[in-house]
Amino acid sequence: LAHGAGGQATHTLIEAIFLEAFRNPMLAPLDDGALLTLEGERAAFTTDCFVVSPLFFPGGDIGDLAVNGTVNDLAMCGAVPRHLSAGFILEEGFPVADLRRITASMAAAASAAQVTIVTGDTKVVPRGKGDGCYITTAGVGLVEQPSALSASAARVGDAVLVSGPIGEHGAAIMLARGDFDIEAPIASDTAPLHGIVAELLDALPGQVRTLRDATRGGVATVLNEVARASEKAVILEESAIPVRPEVTGVCELLGLDPLYVACEGRFVAVVAAEHADRALDLLRRHPLGGDAAIIATVAADPAGLVLLRTAFGGTRVVDVLVGDPLPRIC
Amino acid sequence: MTTLKRVDVHVEGIVQGVGFRPFVYSLANRLGLTGRVHNDANGVHIEVEGAHTGVAEFLTALERDAPALSEIERVTVVSGEPAGHSEFTIAASDPSGTRHALVSADSATCDACLRELADPADRRHRYPFINCTECGPRFTIVRGVPYDRLLTTMAGFGMCDDCAREYHDPGDRRFHAQPTCCPACGPRLRLRDARGTELCGDPISCAVTLLRAGRVVAVKGLGGFHLAVAAADERAAATLRARKHREDKPFAVMAADLAQARRLCEIDDAAAALLTGRARPIVLLPRRAGAPVATSVALGNRSLGLMLPYTALHHLLLAELAEPLVLTSGNVSDEPIAYEDADALTRLGGIADAFLIHDRAIHTRADDSVVRRMSGEVTVLRRARGYAPEPLVLRRPAPRPVLACGADLRSTFCLAQGRRAFVSQHLGDLDKHDTLRSFVEGIDHYCGLFGIRPEIVAHDLRPGYLSTRHALEIQGVEHVGVQHHHAHIASCLADNGESGPVIGVAFDGLGHGTDGTLWGGEFLRADLTGFERLGHLACVPMPGGPAAIRQPWRMAAAYLRDDHPDLDVARRHADHWADVAAAPGSPLTSSAGRLFDAVSALLGVRDTITYEGQAAIELEQRADPAETGVYPAAVTGPGPLLVQGGDLVRAVAEDLAAGTDPGVIAGRFHNGVAAAITRACVTLRQATGLTAVALSGGVFQNVLLLERTVERLRAAGFRVLRHVRVPPNDGGISLGQAAVAAARS
Ligand SMILES: [Fe+3]
Ligand SMILES: [Mg+2]
Ligand SMILES: [Zn+2]
Ligand SMILES: [Zn+2]
Repeated sequence: LAHGAGGQATHTLIEAIFLEAFRNPMLAPLDDGALLTLEGERAAFTTDCFVVSPLFFPGGDIGDLAVNGTVNDLAMCGAVPRHLSAGFILEEGFPVADLRRITASMAAAASAAQVTIVTGDTKVVPRGKGDGCYITTAGVGLVEQPSALSASAARVGDAVLVSGPIGEHGAAIMLARGDFDIEAPIASDTAPLHGIVAELLDALPGQVRTLRDATRGGVATVLNEVARASEKAVILEESAIPVRPEVTGVCELLGLDPLYVACEGRFVAVVAAEHADRALDLLRRHPLGGDAAIIATVAADPAGLVLLRTAFGGTRVVDVLVGDPLPRIC
Repeated sequence: MTTLKRVDVHVEGIVQGVGFRPFVYSLANRLGLTGRVHNDANGVHIEVEGAHTGVAEFLTALERDAPALSEIERVTVVSGEPAGHSEFTIAASDPSGTRHALVSADSATCDACLRELADPADRRHRYPFINCTECGPRFTIVRGVPYDRLLTTMAGFGMCDDCAREYHDPGDRRFHAQPTCCPACGPRLRLRDARGTELCGDPISCAVTLLRAGRVVAVKGLGGFHLAVAAADERAAATLRARKHREDKPFAVMAADLAQARRLCEIDDAAAALLTGRARPIVLLPRRAGAPVATSVALGNRSLGLMLPYTALHHLLLAELAEPLVLTSGNVSDEPIAYEDADALTRLGGIADAFLIHDRAIHTRADDSVVRRMSGEVTVLRRARGYAPEPLVLRRPAPRPVLACGADLRSTFCLAQGRRAFVSQHLGDLDKHDTLRSFVEGIDHYCGLFGIRPEIVAHDLRPGYLSTRHALEIQGVEHVGVQHHHAHIASCLADNGESGPVIGVAFDGLGHGTDGTLWGGEFLRADLTGFERLGHLACVPMPGGPAAIRQPWRMAAAYLRDDHPDLDVARRHADHWADVAAAPGSPLTSSAGRLFDAVSALLGVRDTITYEGQAAIELEQRADPAETGVYPAAVTGPGPLLVQGGDLVRAVAEDLAAGTDPGVIAGRFHNGVAAAITRACVTLRQATGLTAVALSGGVFQNVLLLERTVERLRAAGFRVLRHVRVPPNDGGISLGQAAVAAARS
C-alpha cells in the first residue's frame, strides 16, 4: 500500500513489524546504520535495498545509486566506508547489456568512493515477478573518530545545514518516467558523501550533532526525525532553502513539495550554533557542497514539531508525509 | 395568614454572568418572598419561601421572564420546610462541587450602556470598556470557572468605590457584573505608532485622523486584533491588501448603524435583526449598486460582509469617523488572527501604521462570526465570537463524555456530555502552528470550563490530519474514526435535532474515502450510527494532486481531456494541457468542489486560486440568477449511482464554444447540479423509501446552488434538512463526529 512513500506509513511499518521482531539495543535508535565494536575496532554496518523506476535516468542509474546509498549511510554514521556486498534480484529475460551497464556504473562509483565490492549474490525470478532489477547492498566502514552522531543529539540553538540544493534526484526520476512531456535540465544528485562529511567532522570535532542523508521523504522527513528524536523544535526558514528553479518548476507542475522530494547526494547536518558559519564555509568550498545553506535552527518549543517560517512571516507545520502527498484540504 | 411554602430551586444552563441573580432578587422582592440565591458550580441555587400563590408565580416567572442572555436548560424544584428567612438576599458564590456552570458568549453593548456612553453627565461617558450584566466580554476573557472576576482577565483591575458599590447593590444593573469598570479603575485605551511609541491626544480622535488620511490602524477588539482602513478609500484598501498579502479574499466592513449600513447593502427586516442581535456577526448581504465602498474591499463579489459595532470602542470609533470602516482580521495572509499584544505588535508591525490598543488581555481568540441567509433561513458559515462556547443540544445524549477533533481546515473541536455539545469557536487551519496551539490549548480550556473528561475521542479517517494525529496521541480513551462525509451528514442531523436515517448529500472539496479514492460528491444513506455510500459523482483524476486544488484549470483538463481543444482555457495552458489531462498516478476523486473548479476555469473565472473555494465562490457570483435553463447529467446505476459531472462540463464547453454568455452558462450549470442531485435522490427514494434529504458540505455554502437544490427537492416531495447553527463546511465536522460517537456508545 502506501508503505513505501518514505514517510509516516513506512515509519509505522518499521516500528510495528521489524523493531518488534528484531528488538535489540543497536536497532532501537533507527539510525541509518549500526555502530559495532569488532575485535576492538569500531565499525559501522548498514544495508539498503534499491528499487527504482526507471533503472536509468539523467545523472545516474540503479547501480551507482546502490553504491552511493550505502556509502552515504556509512558516512552519516561518521564512518569511512570500506567494503560493500551486492545482491541482485533479476527478472527472467532482463537484458544482459543493461546488467553490464549497471555493474559498470557500480564499479565506477565504488572506485570513486574508494570502496571495494567484496561479495555478492544473484537470484533470478520468473518473468512478471520482478521489476527488471533490484539491488541490495550492505557495507562496513571504520569509525576512526568516535562521535555520538544521532538525531536525538540536537540542542536548542543549533543550526541546521543542508549540503546543497534539494529535490533533484526525485525530480529527475519523475521526469525520466516519461509520463510528462516536460524538458528540464535536471539530473539526479547521486554522489558519495563520505569525503565532504569527513572534512566536516575533522574540522569540527564534537560540534556536529546529527548527520542524515535526505533520501526518501526528503529534507522534511529528516527534520521531523530530528525534532521527534531530540524532542526539540526545528524552525525552517522558507527563503533559506536552496532549490534550483528548474526543480521548483517541475515540482509545481507535478504538485510536489520539494521539501519532501528525495535527494541521493545531499545531507542535513545539525551543528553547534557557534560553528555553523565555519561549517557552511567548509561545505561551500567542497565540490559537492557549493550551494550549501543554513536552513533552520533548533528551538525548545514546540517540541517534536518542524515549523516553516514563510516569506510572509507565517508559520506552517511541516509534518511527516502520510501516504499520498495531498494537502489537508476539505 | 395563608400557609407558607418553601422550595429549593436549582437552575442549570447559561445562568451565570447574565444578570440572573439580580433578576431573581427583584422577582422575589416584587412577590414579597424571602430566601436567598447564590451561584454554585452547576448553575444558580435559589431558596425561596412565602405565600403559596407567590411561590407558584415565582416559578412561572422564573422561566418566562429570565434575562435575555440567559439560557435555562433545566430547573429542578424540591419542596421543603420554611426556614423563616426575614428577607431575600444574594449570597456569595459557592465554588465547590463539579463544574457545569456554563460560560456565555461575548455580547454586543446593550442599549442601556449605549445611553450612558453618550451621556455627558454619566461617569462612563465615552468610556470604551463600558459593560454590564446584560452585555460585554465573557468567553474571550474567562480563564476558568466559576465565572468570577478573579478568574477573568479583569482580575488585575481593582474596582473603584463607585464600581464596587454598583457591583454589590442587588438593585443595580451592574450587580455582580464581573467585568464592570469605569475610567477611574478599568482598562485604558492607547494609540501607539508601529514602533510602540504612544501617540498623544485622544486615542480615538487620533485614530480617526489617521484613518481619514488613508492609514492602516490595528484595533484590539473583543476576540483579537482587526486591521482597519476607511472603506471608501481605494488606495488605503489596496495598501492593506498588499501589506497583508491577501490578494482576493473579501474584507468585512463595519457600519456605524443600520442607517449607514443601508447605504451599503440591501437590508430587509430579517437582515436587520441579525445585524443588531447580541451576537453581532458579519452578515453577508447583497451590495447596493453604487455603494461607497472601494473596489478592493470585495473584488468580483455581489455581496458584502457587513457588521455593526459590538463594543463601545467600535461605537465610538465609527461614530466619530462617520463613515464605514474595513475591519478585517489582524493577520498576515491566512495566518490566525493576532490576539496577544506583543505578538500583534510584531506580526502586524509591517502592516499597521498605528495600534489602537488597551490593557485588558484577551484570554481566548475568537474571530468574528459569519452568517448568511440561505434559502429563507440563516446559516452560520463561521461560528465564533457571539456564539461560542454556547452548547448545542444533542437529540441522542452522549452516555460517556466525547471529544471530537474535527478536520484540519476550518478546524473546530467539540466536547459532548449528556445532551450538551460544546462546539469550539472557529480556529482556522491546523497547519498554522498558532492554530494548532489554539486547538491543543483550547481543548484543555473547554474541558476545564465545562468539567468534561473525555472517555471517547472521535476523529477523521484521514491519517495525515494533524487533528487525527492529536486524537490518536490521547491515551486511555476509546478512539472512534468517523468518515468525513458521514460526519458532514451527522452534523446536519445534529444541527436539526434529528437522528435519521436520511439520504445525505455531502458535497465538498474532499475527504478521505473508505476505498482509497478522495470523496466529495456523495449520496449516503445515513443515520447517526452509520452510513452506506449509495451514489457519488463519477470519479475523475485530480492531476498533480494538491496542485489541482490550487490550479482549477487542471480540473478542466481532467474533465475535458482532448475534447474542445479550441477553448480559451486549453489555449491558455497549451504547454501542459495534454500532460496534465493524462497525468499518471493522479488520485481519483468524486469531489463536487473540483467539478465547480473545472467549470470556473472553463468560463475564465479562475485558473488559479489564492484562497480555498475561491473558484467556486466567484463562479457563483458570475452566475445569472434569472437563468432557468438546465444542463442535463446522466444518473446511472446499478450499484452505487453515478452522477456524470462530465456531462455538465461538456455542456458548458459546448455553450461556451457557441458563444453563449458565461453568466447564462454558469446559471445553467448550477441548475444542472441541483437537478442531478434531485434526480439521484428520487432514484434513491425508490430504493430506500427515505423521504428526507440532508444537505451538507462546503459546496452548500453556495446560495444559488442551495436554493435551487432545496426548491427542486421540495417540489419532488422531499423534506429537506440544511445547516443552521453550525457551518455546512468542515467547521461542522466536529459536531458530526461527536454526534456519531455519542450515538454509537
Ligand atoms: Fe468537508
Ligand atoms: Mg538509506
Ligand atoms: Zn450593558
Ligand atoms: Zn470604577
